[in-house]
Amino acid sequence: MGIIDKIQTITRQAIHEPKEEDPSKLLGDSIILTQLESVVDWARKYSLFLYPFATACCAMEFMSLGGPKYDLDRFGAALPRFTPRQADLLLVVGTISHKQAPILVKIYNQMTEPKWVMAFGICAVSGGFYDNYATVQGIDTLIPVDVYIPGCPPRPEMVIDGLIKLQEKIAKEKWTDWPKGAAPVVAKS
Amino acid sequence: MKKSNTLKRLTEKFPNSIIETHSFRSDDTAVVKKNDIMEIFTFLRDDPDLLYNFMMDLTAVDYMGDESRFEVVYHLYSLKFNTRIRIKAKVAESECSIDSITSLWASANWFEREVYDLYGIHFNGHPDLRRILMYEDFKGHPLRKDYPIRKRQPLIGPIN
Ligand code: SF4
Repeated sequence: MGIIDKIQTITRQAIHEPKEEDPSKLLGDSIILTQLESVVDWARKYSLFLYPFATACCAMEFMSLGGPKYDLDRFGAALPRFTPRQADLLLVVGTISHKQAPILVKIYNQMTEPKWVMAFGICAVSGGFYDNYATVQGIDTLIPVDVYIPGCPPRPEMVIDGLIKLQEKIAKEKWTDWPKGAAPVVAKS
Repeated sequence: MKKSNTLKRLTEKFPNSIIETHSFRSDDTAVVKKNDIMEIFTFLRDDPDLLYNFMMDLTAVDYMGDESRFEVVYHLYSLKFNTRIRIKAKVAESECSIDSITSLWASANWFEREVYDLYGIHFNGHPDLRRILMYEDFKGHPLRKDYPIRKRQPLIGPIN
């Protein structure tokens, strides 16, 4: 019996005649049974390529995050890509003005799916203390956001915590969650 | 108060254009009539004893409720003599324009655009008077004291 037939038989047994014994054990240590969805989610959550949309002071904290002390590399999110087409995690780091808003939307739309967005710092979350004529009152008025990290600027630990929460979220995703499509607003310029 | 050399020269040269001067802790300031600024600036820049050749800053203030509402403020610096002077020109709201000094200092270009953008003061003879900080579709001038503080005009997206 070939290996494929063996897997099929055992899987069928596991589904139709469940036994006490873990069926995957019958295949030895060299084969793990799982769902494709969870393998893909597992791979995705540990290979986040960042696009830092860094506009203001929060970017300083982002730099320390990437440096050796806090080392985002440990969480599989190390490599900043400076083209949105190669990135899958958009980090909005800093204040977004209304004049910048079309650019942010364009960057978001240029990213290939699956993609996630992190609002880094209170400015990106809600406009922060810039309650004025120039500032977007939260980037979620423009694009969908997955994690919000408050703080002005947030401590690197908070960002790491946010990243881990995002990874937990990614781990629960279904095929049907994608594609999400373009941002709900239309950029004029 | 003792008048500094520059202010003395200025009042002698333009007795009818200078509205007032002061020099608190040698912080030379002259308030001038807006129609005469070109001659005054040319003099300040080119006079061999003054040589205020560096236009450091150009901004404006809104004194809402005053007779002439706006004041355009210029800061000049003389690289040769290490001296500074501040020139203020009053601009009324009814006649909201002043001559552009871009022909004297090219560096004034963006400063004037900024003042135009945020205060709505027009600069006559400016080569390219467009908004610089806000976007073209923006209505009004946000640093005017009567601009509603909570007003939002997003370029795209829902109104916040
Ligand atoms: S949240 Fe604070 S530190 Fe971050 S961009 Fe805004 S003002 Fe700067």
